[in-house]
Amino acid sequence: MTDATLPARPRAGRPAWLRDAVAVGLPTLALAAMLAVILHIRPSAMSYFGFTLLFKLATPLVFAALSQMLVVMLGDIDLSNGSFVGLVTCVTALFLQPSPVVAMVIFALMIAAYAGFGLLIYLRQLPSIIVTLGMSFIWLGTAVILLPAPGGTAPAWLSGFMGWRPPILPLPIWIAIAAAVLGHMAITRSSFGAVLRGAGANPRAIERAGWSLVGIRAAVYAAAGVLALLSGLTLTGLTTSGDANVAPAYTLLGVGAVILGGGAFTGGVVSPVGTVVGALTLSLAGSLLSFLQVPPTWQIGAQGVILFGVLAGRILVTEKS
Amino acid sequence: MRSLRLLPAPWTYGFIVALVMWITTTLYGGLGSAGATAGAALAFGAFSVVVGTGQMLVIASGPGNIDLSVPAVLTLAAYASMATMHGQASMILPGLGIALAIGALAGALNYAAILALRLPPIIATLAWSFVFQSVAFTYGGDATLKPPAALSAFASLRLGGLPVMPVVVMALTVLAAIMLRRTLFGRRLLATGQSERAADLAGVPVRRVRLGAYMACGTAAGLTGFLLSGFSGGAALNMGDAYLMESIAVVVLGGTSVAGGQANALGIWGAALFFNLMATMLNTFHFQAGVRFLLTGTLIILIVAVVPRPRTA
Amino acid sequence: MSVIASTMAPAEARPAMAGQPFLAVRDARKHYGAVKALNGVDFAIRPGEVVGLVGHNGAGKSTLMNVLAGTVQRSSGTFRIGDTEVDSWSPHRAQAHGLRCVFQELSLCANLTLAENTRVMHRALKGFGWRRRAAAAIGRTLDAIFPGHGIAPGARVSDLPIGARQMAEIARAFSETDVPVRCVILDEPTSALGHEAANQLLAYVRAAAVRGISAILITHRLDEIMAVCDRAVVMVDGAVVAERPIAGLSRAELVGLMGTVEAPRERERKARPAPTAEAALVVDHPGRVAGDLPIRAAAGDIIGFAGLDGHGQRERLRALYAAGRRGAHPVAYVAGDRGTEGVFALWSIADNLTIRSLDALRRRGLISVAAERALARSWAERLKVKAPSVDAPILSLSGGNQQKVLFARALASDAEVIFLDDPMRGVDVNTKQDVYRLIRSEADRGRCFVWYTTELEELTNCERLYVFREGRAATMLSGAAIEPARVLEASFGGGHD
Repeated sequence: MTDATLPARPRAGRPAWLRDAVAVGLPTLALAAMLAVILHIRPSAMSYFGFTLLFKLATPLVFAALSQMLVVMLGDIDLSNGSFVGLVTCVTALFLQPSPVVAMVIFALMIAAYAGFGLLIYLRQLPSIIVTLGMSFIWLGTAVILLPAPGGTAPAWLSGFMGWRPPILPLPIWIAIAAAVLGHMAITRSSFGAVLRGAGANPRAIERAGWSLVGIRAAVYAAAGVLALLSGLTLTGLTTSGDANVAPAYTLLGVGAVILGGGAFTGGVVSPVGTVVGALTLSLAGSLLSFLQVPPTWQIGAQGVILFGVLAGRILVTEKS
Repeated sequence: MRSLRLLPAPWTYGFIVALVMWITTTLYGGLGSAGATAGAALAFGAFSVVVGTGQMLVIASGPGNIDLSVPAVLTLAAYASMATMHGQASMILPGLGIALAIGALAGALNYAAILALRLPPIIATLAWSFVFQSVAFTYGGDATLKPPAALSAFASLRLGGLPVMPVVVMALTVLAAIMLRRTLFGRRLLATGQSERAADLAGVPVRRVRLGAYMACGTAAGLTGFLLSGFSGGAALNMGDAYLMESIAVVVLGGTSVAGGQANALGIWGAALFFNLMATMLNTFHFQAGVRFLLTGTLIILIVAVVPRPRTA
Repeated sequence: MSVIASTMAPAEARPAMAGQPFLAVRDARKHYGAVKALNGVDFAIRPGEVVGLVGHNGAGKSTLMNVLAGTVQRSSGTFRIGDTEVDSWSPHRAQAHGLRCVFQELSLCANLTLAENTRVMHRALKGFGWRRRAAAAIGRTLDAIFPGHGIAPGARVSDLPIGARQMAEIARAFSETDVPVRCVILDEPTSALGHEAANQLLAYVRAAAVRGISAILITHRLDEIMAVCDRAVVMVDGAVVAERPIAGLSRAELVGLMGTVEAPRERERKARPAPTAEAALVVDHPGRVAGDLPIRAAAGDIIGFAGLDGHGQRERLRALYAAGRRGAHPVAYVAGDRGTEGVFALWSIADNLTIRSLDALRRRGLISVAAERALARSWAERLKVKAPSVDAPILSLSGGNQQKVLFARALASDAEVIFLDDPMRGVDVNTKQDVYRLIRSEADRGRCFVWYTTELEELTNCERLYVFREGRAATMLSGAAIEPARVLEASFGGGHD
């Protein structure tokens, strides 16, 4: 079984490429199935305009899920992601139009704070789940102080951009594709991506190979902050106002998307393409059921069922019976 | 466990901060307000304590174990018990039974998903919470049932100025503390939480223990739903929302380690009182809600970052 | 692959430097609190030299290695690389000077492919086509060290068997991109390798030495030291006690330098015949695949599991334990990996000791604290656990004493069958002798022991021995046939000298 002189044989279970394909393939399949049902019921949705509507709210969730993915890649979890997005919408709606410089400074501080909390978790060896829980209260509190009730206005250029109709495919689809491709290049294909994934799975090995975990973790948390910032900006563009409580669901939906897309909490195992598909799947689940004329009360439940379905499917496909 | 008692106990911080806040509020509001402030904090704190005690058992059962379905289970159980009781005092016990049974079933379903689908607990309980939420929305959506008068009376009953329900919950806390230290389940839970593999090799039936923890957590959420709907005059769709983050926060601030294997039932009271008194204090000083969140977050981070943690291998 | 001349590596040519050490430490010390892991060590290695570092567990070999590799900062002492004095040393600087390490516990990232793991070590592997270059670099080294290895550079480490992982890690340490390899430290590199792969590695180390690459070999297998090293350095208690050229040194002399008194191999117990199916068996476990012997044992038996590490002994032991928990005879398990599978780190000695016996300690449903402490005290005393009280935290004990508590946990229970999972690793000789005596006396009182051990001399305590090879219980030896030579022969499947 473990005689090293023999050629390496694959262990029980399916080969690695199949497992990777399944990781991304299953949510893609679920997404395709949902689209098929929707188009069957409402063929008119099969249009540029229909897709724009269907995926309209997916863009912010895609970014929030990618932000969560970076944190999960390090073996942590981020419970503050959703309220951070809420804070971004408040800052955007309040400051970006009248005083862009102030907004930029605040954004920079927020990202620095994200990196700082990432470092705190590492240096003090704290449980990320608790620190980010605390962070979520801090973001929420700051947002409520800035903007006690929903309000403010998105800069015209931002709402204009989110309403832009690019050629061939609707904007949310273009953004999802671009995010998936860039994420794939950066995390899955690039040479630094390999180091980052290694740092999540076996930090000691990465340290022994001469890398600075402090630098890696600060950088990854900062990048997660940037992605959450993009999520908040695009969301403000869509809703055209700021609201501290607009996106608490993003935290857990983002986690769901990462896991749907083949990620694991053990660290180092994440797929940007899978995460993007997972986010699209979860955001489409709601629309699907309204097309099916299922009462809106069941739409949340459907997200749970999809999570179970895809993850159960993965177990069935990847494990030898 | 015994040795930990020699350390300056981090779980007392909650009590200390709560006491400071109570005194501050009283100084500002005058002595007359002291009793009311404390009474309100105890009453609201009791609900956090019940939910938190269940969450504590799950968190103590090992790193990564957490139950995110608590708010959904709480809401679902509240609706189901309201529908069962239909405002009749004679149906209070069946109503309570339904609430507890739904909680226990939800816990079992959570663990079944964790075990069968090999899901991380955070995902399994999240997915179930979506489903439970939908069930509650669908079947409870327009229920405007009032709880039986007897239940409402019990929930806010006072004997000699002392609210009864918090005292009952304190008794539950004491029972939980004894259970952790002196029963097979408690010991095995803490062993499993420290190292599932070591526990398995030491003869602990780890699956049954973890199932027990999740079922206990669900049951606690069900009980809270029952009591809370009695206290607040009925079930509401968002009644559980606040307990998602709060149940985790009170457990951790109460001195239970998210690394598992170590639990503190008493400390939850300190954290719960601290949360509720802080809200009262900030209201008294006319601070807006944002400041309360900001302070809560800062204190959570400070407390986990500063307290000495028990050594692990 | 492009080999870029490094600006960081010393530019001197190797042959000219033959006389001067590549690396030298003087009076290196390392303290962990009051514990002196290194107590003033002088150590030097010349280019092209192969040095064997030997000593018992806890002698400071691994600490010295970590200090050399830069993964642990020395408390004091001087450090020279070439003729430069080095003040602060780090893994990054060590690599820039061509110093590589193969650590005892594997240092590959299991979620990455071999090529990606190679990239982690080589900063030069970046930019366009890095994956191809990394695969080429690791593939070339694997081919050079382990011809016929059959490992694909694109394979994910988690999919490789343990032996292949170790081969991959060794190859990674010898792989070159921009910085030439000058010295490789190998800590127990052959522990998971088969016979052939181990020999391939030793041959490669010799061949590399001719090219001027020095190596430090840390291993318990003294034959490997004798076969491949120029010089042996012996450590005892954090200090170097002897340094000898291998030429003219015998194995027995080397053992003597380590301060070991080789215990006389006496058979303490008579061989007992393998119990037949009709006898009262407490263990009866059929083989799981073809060629896998069934394992049967009766009350009072001591059964041994032997073979090279990682050939399925532990898996079988776990299977026996799992089957036993469902069976009629109560079982207990003594884990060897104390840290992750044995102790409950947050608990006291008493809590750790009694967890397996709590059922019997209940009085009216609640665990009786008095009964619990009485049980803990009596067993801590019987096993001579050195602790101020049974209420002391388990982690305040030394490793050997922790292991005693784990033994006591099993012995204090109602178990009729006790599984031992190589529990005496890193335990001092006196403790070992105490425990052996206890095992024998408990066996005489009717308990059955199934004992997996990697230490050959422990096997003489067993009446019957199953030697594992490639995941199967391949050979059974009993009575007088239990001899190190026979065991080794069976481990390697016959063809061994």
